Amino acid sequence: MEFYIQQTLNALQVGSVYALIALGYTMVYGILTMINFAHGDIFMVSTYIAFFFSTMLLGALAGLNPILAFVATLLVAMFGTALLAVIIERLAYKPLRTAPRISAVITALGVGLFLENFMVAFKPVGPAPRFLPALIPAINYNIGGVTVSTIQIVIILVSALVMILLDVIVRRTMVGMAMRAISWDKFIVPLMGVPVDRIISLTFALGASIAAVGGTLYGMAYTIDPYMGIRIGWWAFISAVVGGIGNIRGAMIGGFILGFVEIFTPVFLPSTYRDFVAFSLLLVLLIFRPTGILGRPMAQKV
Amino acid sequence: MNRVFWNRWGLILILLLIFPLTILLPRFGIINPYIDLVLKYIGINIILTVSLNLVNGYMGEFSVGHAGFMAIGAYVASLLTVWLFPRAAGPFLFPVALLAGGVAAGIAGLGIAFPSFRTRGDYLAIVTLAFNMIIKSVLENLDAIGGPRGFMGMEKLTTLWWVYIWVIITVFLARNYVFSNFGRGVLSIREDEIASGLVSVNTRQVKVLTFVFSAFLAGIAGGLFAHELQFINPRSFTILKSTDMLVMVYLGGIGSLGGSILGATVFTVVMEGLRTVLQQIGISQEWRLVVAPLMLILLMIFRPYGIMGLREFRFLIPRKERPEALNEFRKQIHASKGGKEALT
Repeated sequence: MEFYIQQTLNALQVGSVYALIALGYTMVYGILTMINFAHGDIFMVSTYIAFFFSTMLLGALAGLNPILAFVATLLVAMFGTALLAVIIERLAYKPLRTAPRISAVITALGVGLFLENFMVAFKPVGPAPRFLPALIPAINYNIGGVTVSTIQIVIILVSALVMILLDVIVRRTMVGMAMRAISWDKFIVPLMGVPVDRIISLTFALGASIAAVGGTLYGMAYTIDPYMGIRIGWWAFISAVVGGIGNIRGAMIGGFILGFVEIFTPVFLPSTYRDFVAFSLLLVLLIFRPTGILGRPMAQKV
Repeated sequence: MNRVFWNRWGLILILLLIFPLTILLPRFGIINPYIDLVLKYIGINIILTVSLNLVNGYMGEFSVGHAGFMAIGAYVASLLTVWLFPRAAGPFLFPVALLAGGVAAGIAGLGIAFPSFRTRGDYLAIVTLAFNMIIKSVLENLDAIGGPRGFMGMEKLTTLWWVYIWVIITVFLARNYVFSNFGRGVLSIREDEIASGLVSVNTRQVKVLTFVFSAFLAGIAGGLFAHELQFINPRSFTILKSTDMLVMVYLGGIGSLGGSILGATVFTVVMEGLRTVLQQIGISQEWRLVVAPLMLILLMIFRPYGIMGLREFRFLIPRKERPEALNEFRKQIHASKGGKEALT
């Protein structure tokens, strides 16, 4: 029994990172109906921003309050990643907004690969795996045979907080209303005086900064390397599709489902089958319910 | 030797004259092994590009998982030549192995064709990607064929003349395919799937056949690739490989066989040339991998239809489809009385 509680906790930890990244996929899809395949690699870049900033921070100001250091790293990573995402959107995606949708998808694939290979070739980063310095002292608590670490608690709590915040932004603010409006009808909304370009850039920035939260949290728990964006990005993407791409609450649910798949597959099968299980799940879902768990089926207009 | 004669036999004669060169030049060391290798890669890449162009360029569907088909072809062909065929008979049974690899890939293509009935565009892209990932994952988990360590033991059966023959077969088959009546159906799906269904194009049949044919070609290329490198592992057939194919298709031009040949050639030469250039100016080779995605992005923004987009070299168009032949046909119709009866 303890084993399952422990694994559920681990699944929540992994799942919340997936959910955070899946949100970025789903928001961009919702507003542009474009799959931003580079999002996983934007997440990867965010962990490197967090890595460099936190190493610098701890070097310069040793003995800084750990919570302050953590919050500062988080904010810098969020800001830097948002900037990167907006630059990518402006340079690579915006010229293609009127082109066939496939062009944008191919460009996104290209951008993703570019980021990966650039980080490998770029000397200060390089292909070697790295660790984020311990921003928060890792203390393990043992509650009735279940080990809970402070990092685990921080990851789950911060993710939950960010998700609630995003839900509020999208549902309660003017910006959120504009986002929902654009995803509802791209042609009428500009006529109502909504600055579409700015809202689209903002969506990219928001999605990327949420991924940066995920990236910083992920970096505290695992090693980072330039190619990790592929695997994690794909898993997050599957989460978004499972939940119903374009649907924000769906992405959160999907993230946790994929977290459970990742943690509980090795219980039944060798752990090398994880990718196989996840992608088979995606394939089966796409064949029988292409719109995911919460997505609305859309009729094609002729 | 009049013009009609050259129109009819010129291309065939040129191709026949090149053939002995592909045997003799490497044999007598006139071209060094590196050039030989690059030429073989160009050939293999042409087959791959034509294969992907059939689906992405001509049919307008979107596959990003062709490396999966290639992997199946490579593994099946290699398993046959290493485990089943006697070593001495290897060179003679090589085409059989390649065909078997192609057929196996074609069967997998059948599996991908069915989801394409229901999903289109980006969702189909996801399906093909998932397929690519699943193939890689399965290969990594099959310990009998080496798992993640890969599979080796093939002899170097891929010679320049074999590649040459397969390229000609591929281009010939693809040309006849896209210029056939059936091929018109493929093009009509690209323009508008629902409208083509309304003018009684059997869209399902067209999709299945095109996917199977395309996968078959990718499988052949995989077999050639495996017997050139003499070592394959699942990591050779990831999304990176699929992206290379996409770059070649969109560089050369969608919906164009001449474009595929051009794209594959230019891409291979540029990537190999960069190797030397980077070495000369002393930049690490890792930057080479940055170039391909950058090329893809710039192409999509500035030249989304590629060099030859939707156009074709004259010699790749069947004689009766060439502009002057079509004009001749129109004149004949007008010359016959009324013209209208001739059409009905």
